[in-house]
Amino acid sequence: MALRDNPFSELRLPLLLGAVAALIIALVSALALLLSDRRETLQIQAYGVTQKVGDQVVAPVSGWISTPPRLVQDGLSAIRQYFFAVSENRRLRAELEQARQWRSTAIALQDSSERYRALLGLKVNPPVAMVSGLAVTDSRGPFANSRLVNVGSEMKIEVGNPVMNENGLVGRVVGVAPGVSRVLLLTDVSSRTPVLIDRTNSRAIMVGDGGPNPRLDYLRGQDPVQENDPVLSSGDGGVMPRGIPVGRAVKGLDGRWRVVLSADAGSIDYVRILLFKDFRQLANLPRLAELSVPPPSMEVAVPEGAGLKPAAEPAVVPVSSAKPVVVPAVVRPVTPGPAASRPAKPQPGTNRPAVQTSVPVERPVAQPSSRPAAEDGDIPH
Amino acid sequence: MFPAQPLTPVRWIFIPALQVLLATWLFIIPLRVFGLQLPEPVFAMVPTFAWALIRPSILAPFCLLLLGVAMDIIWGSPLGLWAVALLAPYGAVLAVRNMLVGQQLFIMWVGFAVACGMAELTGVLVTQVLSHGTPHVLGLICQWGVTVALYPLADRLIERFEDADVRFR
Repeated sequence: MALRDNPFSELRLPLLLGAVAALIIALVSALALLLSDRRETLQIQAYGVTQKVGDQVVAPVSGWISTPPRLVQDGLSAIRQYFFAVSENRRLRAELEQARQWRSTAIALQDSSERYRALLGLKVNPPVAMVSGLAVTDSRGPFANSRLVNVGSEMKIEVGNPVMNENGLVGRVVGVAPGVSRVLLLTDVSSRTPVLIDRTNSRAIMVGDGGPNPRLDYLRGQDPVQENDPVLSSGDGGVMPRGIPVGRAVKGLDGRWRVVLSADAGSIDYVRILLFKDFRQLANLPRLAELSVPPPSMEVAVPEGAGLKPAAEPAVVPVSSAKPVVVPAVVRPVTPGPAASRPAKPQPGTNRPAVQTSVPVERPVAQPSSRPAAEDGDIPH
Repeated sequence: MFPAQPLTPVRWIFIPALQVLLATWLFIIPLRVFGLQLPEPVFAMVPTFAWALIRPSILAPFCLLLLGVAMDIIWGSPLGLWAVALLAPYGAVLAVRNMLVGQQLFIMWVGFAVACGMAELTGVLVTQVLSHGTPHVLGLICQWGVTVALYPLADRLIERFEDADVRFR
């Protein structure tokens, strides 16, 4: 053997081959894990046992770890508040002045809103129960934006429940275990949230991309959004209630419409989880099934121009056997946009027949005392 | 300079892996300093790069797999994303190991930056397939930047163990 030869050179090849084989096996295992992950669904079982157990370990330990820095942060905040008390007082006085003006406006709007509801026989969302929790972790990378909150299935939290802070929508629950829930933030790359532009009632899908400002996709209509338009949750799809403040629209550097999130105005430490259920889940289905819908042959068709009937008459079609049927709110959810929800004005001059629908309908306006079929918890949006 | 250490798996694989896990865990605390959030570097890139350069190993890929799964659990990303994103650059660095070993600090740092870029790119591809969305470029650059800044830690690990196995000098 020459002096410069490596005596171990014959051992290198098997070791290298072994390492490559181990790499391939590990890579295949990782890909298999990746393919088995189905967190994009709203199914409870999609959030696997591994994640549940992991969250149950991570959450309490992170809670302990984060306690000292949180206390330090609170202490610093208290000191800052002490030194800036005068300017803070001045700012709060100005805010209070503005709030007083808004209060009188809100009272007037509430009054008119209640009158419209009574006139239309409109049922609104029942109050949604909430659970407060503390965010103990915060992942904010480009591939995952989520938080662990220290309340879980023991508080009846379910997958899909919306999460808010004091300023607006934060995200939704994607995984629940005893004592802990994982909240997928609106900025996560897999987050899709149906929203509406408050000014125009235009619908859009807010798509997270890991950045601070999610973009608005699938905007409909011509010029549906302008700078600083408020963006609310639309409630479409039934995952979230309608009208939760999400943020305001801004034009991004890439020329696309994006949303500056309201929730980012403050820290997302204490959050509220809305125990919201889709209105279809709340519907009293047995009672809806009891309804006797008349067959199509019972339809009353008034011939075109047969007579001039004032349109202001109650739009009730007398049906011989069945009692008047009210269209359940589930079938015809209210879309309270400025144009869409406005009731048709009576036009006495036209010769349009009073009823042309195939299903006899008694409008709540005609008989406000008629009780909607799905009264026990049914909520239209 | 650090004296070379004997190459026992506990010293060059398990202890660095635990340190990475601890650092990752610490950086997910919801803490704001002067109103700014903490960065989120990929600490696991340090052993990923160093292990491939120290010597080919059967344990290292499986340890990276476990490390990736743990990171996915901690960060809440799809299970397996970071395992794939760590193993891909590990394989690439292992393939060019003979060229990289013994190079100057600057060249090694560039190599580390390329490996980090490969991990981010793998993450982007996986996310595009799984979520049908592309992560924000600024977020990717930020994470890549703060991870590349961790190279001195990888350099320290390499210097401690690169001469330990005489078969792979």
